[in-house]
Amino acid sequence: MSLCSFGVEPLSCHAWNKDRTQIALSPNNNIVNIFEKKGKEWVKIHELTEHTERITGIDWAPESNRIVTCASDRNAYVWSLKDEVWKPTLVLVRINRAATCVKWSPLENKFALGSGARLISVCYFEEENDWWLSKHIKKPLRSTILSLDWHPNNILLAAGSADFSCRVFSAYIKDIEDKPGPTAWGTKMPFGELMLEHKDSDGCGWVHSVSFSASGDQLAWVAHSSISVADAAKGKEVTHLTTDYLPLLSVLFVGPTEIVAAGHDCCPFQYTYKGPGALEFVKKLDMPKQSSKTTTSAMQHFRNLDKKATEEDSTKLDTLHQNSITQLCIVSGDKAKVEKYSSVGLDGAMVIWEFKQWGRDVELPALDSGTDCGEFEDDSFLSVQGKLGSF
Amino acid sequence: MSKNTVSDRFRKVDVDEYDENKFVDEDDVGENQGGPDEAEVDGLLRQGNLNGALHAVLKNPPLNTKNHNAKERAELLVVRVLSSFKSSDIEKAVGSLDKADVDLLMKYIYRGFEKPSDNSSAVLLQWHEKALAVGGVGSIIRVLTTRKTV
Repeated sequence: MSLCSFGVEPLSCHAWNKDRTQIALSPNNNIVNIFEKKGKEWVKIHELTEHTERITGIDWAPESNRIVTCASDRNAYVWSLKDEVWKPTLVLVRINRAATCVKWSPLENKFALGSGARLISVCYFEEENDWWLSKHIKKPLRSTILSLDWHPNNILLAAGSADFSCRVFSAYIKDIEDKPGPTAWGTKMPFGELMLEHKDSDGCGWVHSVSFSASGDQLAWVAHSSISVADAAKGKEVTHLTTDYLPLLSVLFVGPTEIVAAGHDCCPFQYTYKGPGALEFVKKLDMPKQSSKTTTSAMQHFRNLDKKATEEDSTKLDTLHQNSITQLCIVSGDKAKVEKYSSVGLDGAMVIWEFKQWGRDVELPALDSGTDCGEFEDDSFLSVQGKLGSF
Repeated sequence: MSKNTVSDRFRKVDVDEYDENKFVDEDDVGENQGGPDEAEVDGLLRQGNLNGALHAVLKNPPLNTKNHNAKERAELLVVRVLSSFKSSDIEKAVGSLDKADVDLLMKYIYRGFEKPSDNSSAVLLQWHEKALAVGGVGSIIRVLTTRKTV
């Protein structure tokens, strides 16, 4: 685990480049900063300043090296790197409210944008006129879209919304791609077709985050007081687990059955999903080290008692993050087997976590050195290739 | 000026009613929404079976939004049952409830806070502490976000 602080401002969103040497993030304002890792330090190399309002979403397409950003100014820009400078291209999203989240599709030929205008804008590049066009998904969205995630087949899109429902739509654009084959979610997939809609009958609050599994057959989402998984392979059955913690804000599938979620408790939690009805909490992923109480002098001790009527003078949380975690992102590995993931929070810090697939703190021998550890020096865990069998 | 600018009745118009994009909850009018059975609860209280009374009063919560009278009656009944427990028994009583009942108890507790009477708030605070220990902050989040209030 390594923590890097990017200042005191909350980090609204972040995105990694392909080889994880650069990170784009926004410190709760209208500017995107791109930092590059030089040695052990993060150095700011670019500043993207086209937006006029707070940036709400950033996504970096690994293969085509384009960044898409969206903000409360109802605009989205696609940035391309030309001669070491990032040049923006305006996208006509045609929304009349703030954009809330944006995600490139797996093949990077289109992206989806959620907004407060109760619609999802799926944007694609039209070669003829050399501009980005958008198509809207409106029905049956009743409120702001809070999160989006693409299915690996590049067609289906999951959307979590503030109308307490999680939905899966088809975002098939006839002009740029071929007709998709049938999936576990359905066979007919014209644009805007609703494949799944799940409203929590108990009103578990807004759906803050959604995540498809690596195969695309399972969809996990977190709401104010619950985490749920819909399983298309088992007849779209939804398994629901109410949590005893503060609301979770972000969720990520890190393995075929493992899910990591994080939120206002400032700590990532691990859940496991083995089948319909079998969604369980496993453990907290942040081992709060018992902070060694620095020996306070007697003077300090009595001063505290006098001024604050407390014996200890600590306002720090035990967890690495000192404030809520807002977004989780995969750093190395893919959804089928995540090795490292990153979290950013309201405390302005970005932490990179290692995910131990075995679930135990055991050091295992590496079979192959084919893993991509990036440039982060980390002690202990070496990941194991899938040859050992599934787990 | 020819227009009458004195009247401010327009300020009392509920503009949300005229909003065509207004979000309407689908109300499932469930059966058994009449609230807990008063007679049953009374009987159990008189017998001194406090645990039984607690379980009985947590049955059939009036979640349907239209039934305000039933909600009032249910709330008074719940507060009565909760007040009749001794402080030392509260923890065990909460321990005997299952998760859904703990959430429901939290809803009633917060409802009770809204209209305090006599010693009710103190009693409710004790119950709140014990229910929180079992339900965690998640139960309070559910009280805040639920669309079906008790």
